[in-house]
Amino acid sequence: MSELLRIEDLHVSFKTDDGAVRAVDGVSLTLNAGETVAIVGESGSGKTVTSLSVMGLHKKGSAQISGSISLNDGGTFKDVVSLNDEQIRDIRGRAVAMIFQDPMSSLHPYYKIGNQLAEAYLVHNPGKKKEAMARAIEMLDLVGIPEPAKRAVEFPHQFSGGMRQRVMIAMALMNSPQILIADEPTTALDVTVQAQILALLSKLKKEFNMGILLITHDLGVVAQVADRVNVMYAGRIVEEGPVDDLFYSPLAPYTLGLLKSVPRVSSKNERLKAIPGQPPSLINLPVGCPFAPRCEYKQHSSEAGCNTTKPALIGTSATHRSRCHIPEALRHDLFAKELKELQS
Amino acid sequence: MLKFIGRRAIFAALTILIVSAVVFGIFSLLPFDPAALTCGQRCTDQIVEANRIRLGFDKPIYEQYWLFLSGIFLGRTYGSGSSAFSCPAPSFGYSFNENACVTNMLVEALPITISLAIGALLLWLTVGIGLGIVAAKFKNRWPDTGSSVFVLLATSLPTFVTGLALLIWVTIKWKLVPLSLSGYVSIFDNPFGFFQYFILPWITLAIAYAAIYTRFTRAALLETLGEDYIRTARAKGVGERVVFFKHTLRAVLAPLITLAGLDFAGLIGGAIITETIFNLPGLGRLTLRSVYEFDLSVVLATTILAATVVIVMNLIVDMLYAVLDPRVRIT
Repeated sequence: MSELLRIEDLHVSFKTDDGAVRAVDGVSLTLNAGETVAIVGESGSGKTVTSLSVMGLHKKGSAQISGSISLNDGGTFKDVVSLNDEQIRDIRGRAVAMIFQDPMSSLHPYYKIGNQLAEAYLVHNPGKKKEAMARAIEMLDLVGIPEPAKRAVEFPHQFSGGMRQRVMIAMALMNSPQILIADEPTTALDVTVQAQILALLSKLKKEFNMGILLITHDLGVVAQVADRVNVMYAGRIVEEGPVDDLFYSPLAPYTLGLLKSVPRVSSKNERLKAIPGQPPSLINLPVGCPFAPRCEYKQHSSEAGCNTTKPALIGTSATHRSRCHIPEALRHDLFAKELKELQS
Repeated sequence: MLKFIGRRAIFAALTILIVSAVVFGIFSLLPFDPAALTCGQRCTDQIVEANRIRLGFDKPIYEQYWLFLSGIFLGRTYGSGSSAFSCPAPSFGYSFNENACVTNMLVEALPITISLAIGALLLWLTVGIGLGIVAAKFKNRWPDTGSSVFVLLATSLPTFVTGLALLIWVTIKWKLVPLSLSGYVSIFDNPFGFFQYFILPWITLAIAYAAIYTRFTRAALLETLGEDYIRTARAKGVGERVVFFKHTLRAVLAPLITLAGLDFAGLIGGAIITETIFNLPGLGRLTLRSVYEFDLSVVLATTILAATVVIVMNLIVDMLYAVLDPRVRIT
């Protein structure tokens, strides 16, 4: 498998009047061709900020970025962090494309669908208007929009939400990018449409041999399409690993908390098991483990480390790594027991 | 589209009818004897009574209104025999103060007001939108601050101050624009004279509006720049300049046109202060004079005219909006 994206020790902070907000704090991850890597976390965990960094879409001046984001652009690796505006613009939409959460507002209301798609092609292939239009119709067809030639001359408001997300996907595919970033692509859609869009993304991934970076807070979506998962909390990855490992033997207390908070039919008449408390302020992060104030397993930690030092991301196997001060064997047993209770 | 225009035209005609009836009704309620106002101080009862009959003020109010309405379409003849005189259709009545048919007075005043309004509109659109773009593009930097200063000054200075200041400095002290003594000349006869005649009134009127348009354009552009579809454009790799001048500006156009249409309609009713300062014999000054002199037929006519322009401009703006914004459907 060829590597498409390697993010190393990415830090992103935003200056505000109250101090610097450390939205992303040392994130590293990789994405290979033909796989879907998910970034999971609640609002404000830094998952969207990470993805926008890959696109170089942060507002100039407001975001301070360090680390490296090396991106495979047709065989040569480019570091997005150190590229200038013009070089990033050249990559956007061509080597890496992005689809967004809200398809209702992500398309320009005043331009025809076909023209909006064609523009994505024309930006990188100036002057080739005819080709661009032909490709727009071809892509609309590919994402399952019936009568694409007719629909191409319609405006976004004439499309339903699911159809608009298909249009967004078609737009992202205009230049056959190797990397597709999908930022909560199904959050704004109803459940039946969600399944269709996810199936479509999986199909296209194979067809284009793309790598998909999937940003979501929905574990159901992750289970359905992801190969590997990164769980983020307070700007850091707290657990990463293959999707099965994460779902069947989670090792970070936060991951377990997420799994437990998924509502189940069998748990009727019970309160949802939400993680107590709130995520920490990204302006003053706690000195110790950022999750410690909410963690129910703190007492199992052998040292008083939870409140004083941040745990490192340590591998339990070559692929499965997590952050926690509690000894790994202990976590394994504890969490396995809890999961069993949950499933029974 | 035709159906829409037809329906709106009927609606517009009805509205104008109601407006004219209301204005007519108000004037009939005023504690003045319209016949007594038709002659000066050395008036005798006989003359007043004769004028009352000549102008139809002796008839009941609904009949007077009917005569007024039919006059618009058929013209109107006042009095009978050798003393009879008539105002051809469309007749909006007769002004005794000026001894003229109201329609003729309107026809004389209208080109001046329209020239004033169009010139000022073009000027304030150029300046307002231009400054708004600059302010948005250089948000929180010196061009933005500069435009804020302009906006603050222009909105807080009343028209009669800017107008008089321009008149005193530009015309009298610096003699940049000659004081126009010859009066209004048509743009077709003497374009240069036309510009000299109107340049200061245009600037006076445009300053106040340009400030509003600068604010509006800046705010609308900045709001649009935060929209999801602008992020989509950037994600496609579209350059910043195209993002700004194509994607963003395009979205701001429709509301701007609406605003401009309605402001323009308001001005046709007469820019009373500006016309008075610069002594322009337009509709605004005509209205003002008629109000002072209780020249009721003229007030009635200008009121109806202003209402008609507003209604018609509304119709035009609605149609333009449908052209500019595909989400708006005309049915």
